[in-house]
Amino acid sequence: MKAQLITTAICATVSLAGCGEGASKGIEPQVYTDSLFAVMKANRTNYTQLIIKRLGPAGSDSIQPIEHWKDSDNGAPLPAQMFRAGAEAVTELTDQFSYSLQSLWPINSQNAPRTDIETQGLNYVANNPGNNFYGEEVLGSVNYFTAVYADVAVSDACTTCHNEHKDSPKTDFKIGDTMGGVVIRVPL
Amino acid sequence: MKVNFIWCSWIVLTTLICVFFANKILGQGDKSALIIGAPTLGHYQIEMACETCHTHPFGGIEVLQTACTQCHATDLDDARDSHPKTKFTDPRNADRVDILDARYCITCHTEHKKQQTQKMGLTIARDYCFLCHQDIAEERPSHKDQSFASCASAGCHNYHDNRALYQDFLIEHGNQPALLSIAQAVESEFNSATDLLAKQPALSLESSEFQQQILAHTEAAHDWQASTHAAAGVDCGGCHNTKAAQSEQRHWIEKPNHRQCASCHATEVGGFLRGKHGMRLSGALSASLSPISPSQSPLNFKAQAQGLEHGCNACHGAHTFDKKAAAVNACLGCHNDKHSLAYPGSAHGQNWLSHAGEQARSQQSLVTCATCHLPKIKTTINGSSVHTVQHNQNHNLRPNEKMIRSVCMNCHGLAFSIDALADPALIDNNFSGAPSVHIKSIDWALETHKE
Repeated sequence: MKAQLITTAICATVSLAGCGEGASKGIEPQVYTDSLFAVMKANRTNYTQLIIKRLGPAGSDSIQPIEHWKDSDNGAPLPAQMFRAGAEAVTELTDQFSYSLQSLWPINSQNAPRTDIETQGLNYVANNPGNNFYGEEVLGSVNYFTAVYADVAVSDACTTCHNEHKDSPKTDFKIGDTMGGVVIRVPL
Repeated sequence: MKVNFIWCSWIVLTTLICVFFANKILGQGDKSALIIGAPTLGHYQIEMACETCHTHPFGGIEVLQTACTQCHATDLDDARDSHPKTKFTDPRNADRVDILDARYCITCHTEHKKQQTQKMGLTIARDYCFLCHQDIAEERPSHKDQSFASCASAGCHNYHDNRALYQDFLIEHGNQPALLSIAQAVESEFNSATDLLAKQPALSLESSEFQQQILAHTEAAHDWQASTHAAAGVDCGGCHNTKAAQSEQRHWIEKPNHRQCASCHATEVGGFLRGKHGMRLSGALSASLSPISPSQSPLNFKAQAQGLEHGCNACHGAHTFDKKAAAVNACLGCHNDKHSLAYPGSAHGQNWLSHAGEQARSQQSLVTCATCHLPKIKTTINGSSVHTVQHNQNHNLRPNEKMIRSVCMNCHGLAFSIDALADPALIDNNFSGAPSVHIKSIDWALETHKE
């Protein structure tokens, strides 16, 4: 009788533990995208300040950060191009999330907002410094959790390039301004 | 009774048809009965190696896409593809993918549809740019009222390769004269495989250890004596007496092929095997095919060339290995199109003919067929910068704008190059005269820059 009770207790414990495991929802989409953005922002800032500023024309001048960098033997991609290269490489590795760099004042018009959520998000982060935007949207019959984070000018390398570019629709950016936004999407 | 006979006949016939096609699909034999239409000019060479593309008999679009990228991904990367797949896997472009699924090559380049195949293997309407760029005139007023069918056919844009056509490049090079001071860069830095081999002492017939073979093939031996191989210290054994794979034992090969050439000229042979001339021998195909022959081509080749098979020696000539002959005579021995036939009478051709008796090295600045379609390129091998010959003619053929930077601009300005390549009559007469068409892309770019 005692053995039977012990067995029943163990089975109940195991069952409850199993139920608890099944009830786990995993990481929240917002925590997931916030974490992804933290990594992206850190890498982007580091590339701008540790590579471009240090080794570019304002530093040792050993590399030439330039838009058409493949045409130059010592050309290096601009920070925004480096960021996009990462986004494209990620699409080769996973379809569990995607990200892009967009702006209300894009140098390349293809990087202007294309969906309602993108437009709302980019306007929100531009008008509410320090805050992020979260929403859901359906694209190609897939429901996405979409997060938009402000892309802030961290260096005069960012503002000078945009202010002087012939295709830039805005030419008065200052350090600390929101220049655009990072859009991260997670299929739900 | 009659009804039963019909049913039995139908079942038997259906079964026989199923068995026939199952055998064709799953078997190793001739699969020509499965071909649903003639292939494009880019793939007819490997038509009978079906599984090279159709790697699984019931594979879908992903299987075919993998096959496409297996051969073409590197070239697209080199061309700095303006529309890579990654643009269209981004969910923000899902609406565009619904209209034109540009994630897959076969959306625009469907094989075996000869009746609807246009230039560059395109099988959709030529105004496809409209699908995504219909509002281009708002951003660029110069494009107002331009036909969307002309975007990629007037020397202005290409879907994949815009290395010589992007706006900043047009601005930077837009004011160049038609004829630059003839570039000597390749000549002055000329450093080919033969130069590397020239470190070996030159050899003569008398000093060769292959006297028995020399006596049996005196004409070939004398051709070799005058060749760069002899000057570079490569004797009969260099090509004929090679080691078998995984073995130190040498054996005599009566007719060496590209594999023996590759032991010294690996880069050139690699290009040859990726190009139209050598793709059947690449070793990456699902079936073993014979070398390509003009008789197998849907294009018009000279009657006397129909039986030739394309290996290294077809152009270079066994034992003579005359680079001058390989650069022009070999091409004109087979090719029978207007452009090729007009070469001897063109300015480029006349200049070459007037220097025909000179040494190959003094001809480096002359323009031959190979100068444009199989040009010398600067590359890095084992850390050393060398010039090799690009034997994959796909890099310098179609669309012809891809030749602007690698070939034309070695001697000509950008504007002249774009205009010349957009003039079909000028291409037909092999560039005898000035372009009769003018592409406005540089004018527009310079105007925008001025503003």
